[in-house]
Amino acid sequence: TTRGMLSDSRVFDACENRKSKAPKKSRIKKTEAVREEKKSPTDFRLSRLRRDSSGTSRSNWKINTMIMKTNNSIYLCRQSLFPSRNSCSPVQFRNSSFIHIHAMKVKVLSRNPDDYVRETKLDIQRVPRNYDPSLHLFEVPREYTRALNATKLERVFAKPFLASLDGHRDGVNCMAKHPKSLSTMLSGSCDGDVVWNLTKRECVRTLQAHEGFVRGMVVRFCGTSFFTVGDDKTIKQWKMETPGYGEEEEPLNTILGKSVFTSIDHHQKEGVFVMCGQQVDIWDEQRSSPIRSFSWGVDSFSCVRFNPVETELLASCASDRSIVLYDMREATPLKKVIMNMRSNTLCWNPMEAYNFTCSNEDYNLYTYDMRYLDKPFTVHMDHVSAVLDVDYSPTGKEFVSASFDKTIRIFPKDSGHSREVYHTKRMQHVISIKWSSDNKYILSASDEMNIRLWKANAAEKLGLLAPREKAAVNYSQKLKEKFLYHPQIRRISRHRHLPKSIYSQSKELRVMKEARRRKYGLLLYPYHNCLPYSGFLFSTLPEHILNTLVCNSQTTEVYTLQYVYQ
Amino acid sequence: MAKSKAARKSGETMKIASSCETVVQGMDDEDDEELQRALADDIISASEDEGGSDDERKHCKLLEAISSLGGKKRKKLTERSEASIQVSEFTVNAEGEGDKINLSDLIGTLDKTPSALIKTKKQLKNLQHNQSTLETPLTRKETEKIQREVAFEKTSKEVSRWQSVVLQNQKAEQLVFPLNQEPSGPKRIEHVVAGWKAQTPLEQEIFSLLRMNKQPLHDPVLTPTEEASLRAMSLEEAKIRRAELQKARVLQSYYEAKAKRGKKIKSKKYHRVQKKVMRKEYLKQFDEMVKTDPAAALEELKKMELSRMKERMSLKHQNSGKWAKSKAIMAKYDDGARKAMQKQLEVNKDLTQKLVIPADEDEEDEEESAETLPDFVNDVEPILDQVNPWMRGKLSTEPMMEESNRLDPPVWPREVGKPGEGQDDQEEDEEQMEETEEESLLRGFEERRKLRQTEDVKVAPMPMVENDDGKKAEILEISDDDEEAVEISDDEEALEVSDDDEEAGLSNFTSLFHGLVNHMEPPADQPKAGPGLCQGESPALLEEGLVRVRTLEDVELLSQDISASDTALLTTQILGTEETDTQSATQQADKKRKKMIDPNEVLTKEAKIIEMPLAPTAVEDVEDKEEQRVIIKEAFAGDDVVSDFLKDKRKQEEAGRPKVIDLTLPGWGEWGGLGLQPSRSKRKRFRVKVAPPPPRQDQKLPNIIITEKRDSSIAAHQVCQLPFPFEKPIQFERTIRSPVGRTWNTQNAVQKITAPKVVTQLGAIIEPIAREDLIKHNRQAVTGPSINLESDQGPQKRRSQQKKKHKRKKN
Repeated sequence: TTRGMLSDSRVFDACENRKSKAPKKSRIKKTEAVREEKKSPTDFRLSRLRRDSSGTSRSNWKINTMIMKTNNSIYLCRQSLFPSRNSCSPVQFRNSSFIHIHAMKVKVLSRNPDDYVRETKLDIQRVPRNYDPSLHLFEVPREYTRALNATKLERVFAKPFLASLDGHRDGVNCMAKHPKSLSTMLSGSCDGDVVWNLTKRECVRTLQAHEGFVRGMVVRFCGTSFFTVGDDKTIKQWKMETPGYGEEEEPLNTILGKSVFTSIDHHQKEGVFVMCGQQVDIWDEQRSSPIRSFSWGVDSFSCVRFNPVETELLASCASDRSIVLYDMREATPLKKVIMNMRSNTLCWNPMEAYNFTCSNEDYNLYTYDMRYLDKPFTVHMDHVSAVLDVDYSPTGKEFVSASFDKTIRIFPKDSGHSREVYHTKRMQHVISIKWSSDNKYILSASDEMNIRLWKANAAEKLGLLAPREKAAVNYSQKLKEKFLYHPQIRRISRHRHLPKSIYSQSKELRVMKEARRRKYGLLLYPYHNCLPYSGFLFSTLPEHILNTLVCNSQTTEVYTLQYVYQ
Repeated sequence: MAKSKAARKSGETMKIASSCETVVQGMDDEDDEELQRALADDIISASEDEGGSDDERKHCKLLEAISSLGGKKRKKLTERSEASIQVSEFTVNAEGEGDKINLSDLIGTLDKTPSALIKTKKQLKNLQHNQSTLETPLTRKETEKIQREVAFEKTSKEVSRWQSVVLQNQKAEQLVFPLNQEPSGPKRIEHVVAGWKAQTPLEQEIFSLLRMNKQPLHDPVLTPTEEASLRAMSLEEAKIRRAELQKARVLQSYYEAKAKRGKKIKSKKYHRVQKKVMRKEYLKQFDEMVKTDPAAALEELKKMELSRMKERMSLKHQNSGKWAKSKAIMAKYDDGARKAMQKQLEVNKDLTQKLVIPADEDEEDEEESAETLPDFVNDVEPILDQVNPWMRGKLSTEPMMEESNRLDPPVWPREVGKPGEGQDDQEEDEEQMEETEEESLLRGFEERRKLRQTEDVKVAPMPMVENDDGKKAEILEISDDDEEAVEISDDEEALEVSDDDEEAGLSNFTSLFHGLVNHMEPPADQPKAGPGLCQGESPALLEEGLVRVRTLEDVELLSQDISASDTALLTTQILGTEETDTQSATQQADKKRKKMIDPNEVLTKEAKIIEMPLAPTAVEDVEDKEEQRVIIKEAFAGDDVVSDFLKDKRKQEEAGRPKVIDLTLPGWGEWGGLGLQPSRSKRKRFRVKVAPPPPRQDQKLPNIIITEKRDSSIAAHQVCQLPFPFEKPIQFERTIRSPVGRTWNTQNAVQKITAPKVVTQLGAIIEPIAREDLIKHNRQAVTGPSINLESDQGPQKRRSQQKKKHKRKKN
């Protein structure tokens, strides 16, 4: 024990402490006052410093007692470590078989078995861990390797395609999410109407809703009924429940319209829905004629959507290449922005009241802040053909777009390029797309009569995860983020397979863009997603270039040639 | 027939009149045309029929008057009918009467009705007299435009309320969806109780009773009266307070008495002494005030200034008084008188002296302190206990250093000291010399420990040592004996200082040099930073290709691919730079020569120490640079830099050339031993010639050395460009350096670091953000999330008060 004691320098530190703190006189006084005890040296054992196993903080150090023995002298010192550096008095006795000890509290270490004994046999043994950085070297290279492996595995496990729901006998034209049930989904084809059960991946109910196309469908906010509009100029309201045995499949309500309706959307909280065709009509469920209708110089609208947050606001896409904003409470439309090409659909961000994204014919998507319509917030490019549909994830962080180029792309809401592209051999032009309201799945409806179910995160493991699994996933995700800028990791994480046609087309587009850049200079080059403003362009470009641009606008990135109307 | 015709005509005239008055509210073009036509017709027809219609109307009125004479009470029942199609928006066409209706007719009815407001009557009368026409209302298009504008403004303002929420969500470290989930787990009792309502009659009765007696409902601890009593002072407190007051009063009276006594004393000397004491006290106070409360001190200063002014104005201490004159007579003979006079003058001088503002000195001090770094900045972190990393912490080494400087070397030389023990130690040392026995023993221990420690240090690696000079110092300390501790510490300081100086000098020099180079050839750098590598891809871009990754091997191949392309790019880039370099080299040969100077090399020869102040110095002027250039030119006049450079290059080339490997083993197949060489044929056979490496990149570039030590396999893994959000490489490196994993961090820390940004619940529907969230958010922003018990009780109290009022009324 002596050896051990001697090696422990702290004891001596403590001795010195004591010595320096208290002047000698007072100590003498103390000696007079104390009572003496007799004990044999063998009674004492060295009690070592102990750290409370549960914590790392210094406050957990306990007062310890140290007794040390050398040839003929024994030191007793009470030592308490930080934060209070107090008493420790070395006393020395010579040539005595008994030890006289100053009266002091002699504290003996007591251990709490709870700290080191496991409760049951199945418990994991508590292993005290030393986080000393000198013991765990090469942290960066080790983590880098882990990150590399994680990205590689992510790519290997990236299998986004889950299922295909086939059963339609014509191209699927529209879809609707159920607001209250995750497993239910509705789809309208060019010849009828179907309700699906997603968990079983089977068709639950089929009904012949309209003659001809089903143009749009929407589920009422309560989830008990849904509306469909079709090419036969009718609006029909249906019950969500399947009719009982012997009952006929009949709509709850049928309204004959004057013209063909192209799109329908329902208010978030009230019995009001909006439809568009020749004009934008707002209907009360209880009435047979629209309570308000808006028109502003155009005669056909392709899409109209309620704002899910500010529920009185609407936006519509019109055939004159414009996007028009409305307020249900106002008599007139609010504002209109005319773009270079027609927008097909738009979708409001469900978490940000004033942002919406529209899918345009010019291969791009545009995110607008409705307060500042004179230039788009972000332009999302990557598609190589017209974008047909767009839907936001319920978290409002990302959105998914369906394109005529037979691919689906997922964009972060503020990024100019997609983070993911989905495609399969058999999937044709994707007409409609929805992001499921639990943020996990994506549904795509395409021309070739199929609805496909995808994972929103391609490499994600489905189902419940064990806590440790979850931690591992989080860790690898964090690592990927941390080493994102390292070329290998970036390259691997960004690699995607593309069908040859799309690949070559995108390459071609890139070449064209480059050529244009060379010709007109940096002016027209969308650098870091911030496009030159429209006013800027108009004022600086010569007219013939402008004309050519407008003519070629299918392929240019100069789509911000737009007019804002009030 | 004629009647009806006339009626129609009159209707039309009316139409014209109205059209003249209020020119078209929101009229279409067609309407306009119609009107014009009608107007043209009417001008003719009206002139024809005017007389007849007038007669008829008078007749009708007469009839009416007669009929009204008969019975006043009888009222004519008018038929109500639907508005017909003929009704246009400009005329009122009542069928029964073919009359033109004037404003006066309408007002006439008003007079009869007593209930009509006087105000409106007045207004109408005013209107009648008013001759000017109203302004044309805006066209429909314009009004709509205005409406739209206003509506848009309104909605955009409304929508902007969300800005803060959106921003907050964007900045949030973690978002948990669905957003407004109720926290699981037990709720606070206040919430539960507040949500619960008394429903059964019994419960209601109980609650009403409780309320009536002002018993607490929600937080069942104290009644209002109890609270009030608690809020009041306790007995002990009151006692203490009273005692304090008493004491204060006593003290006051005591001081008053003392002052009175003092005032009564006639002795001048006493008062003089008193004044002196007072002045001293005052000065002391002032000094303190300068430190603690500078504003008050300034005011005091002003007061002093005032007194000085007074002194200057008066002749008080100028030896012009009666007393002074008498003293002046005595001064020749009396030493004391002379002194007294002198004193007077001194006092005058003192009082009239202008005060020096002490703030200046402070500033100077500050400047001094700013100029030089304290020594401990460069110190190595003291390692208290090599074994235990927990013992590591910033315990200052300064006291130890001071100690070792002050004390004599043999007395308690210490490596590891604790702060604040220095002075006590010194005082105690003398005392402890008496206890020689204990001392000697202790010292023995001390020395042994010292020895052991040094051993430990020698063995254990020192992971925390960072800079070179620190290392040197450490090693030095270890190698020397205890007794030389003082010297060592001095050495350490000296070393540090010199190193610092060197560094400072170097940096100074390099900055100078850079300035020089820039000055000489500013456009030289520009072509290098052309549109090359960087603008190809933004970080978010997907790399789409025709390769489908299925297995890990594929992924590996992917990474190899990139490395190849990377090197290719690199080579092209390097070639490009080379070209530009050669061009510039041929153009400006002599300037290049200057550029080739290796500042490090020069510095070692010069060994000039330049003190660099820490505070940033002002930017030097162009003239200065010019001067410096000349100076440097002179300084390096003798150096033959070019030959040195060539030598260097040759050396590098030599090093890069492959060496012949000799694999001959003596003794195999022949005799071996001392002095015996393996045969020549054997040597030839076993000498392996390595294929020559690819030609050096700088082979044809005489002025450039391109090192070929760079390992391309590692380069593929390295970041070549500083990624976007970072501004300095150091920032980026720091983010990379801090480990994330469990191996380096505690469990909790790992959980915190790796928390995902978006958390969604499995199978939960995420609703769009609701207006309630906005309201909640706003309320939180105003009051904070804390739940206030009193606010819960507030309405209830009010309600009870209201009830009381009711009761009173009833009574």
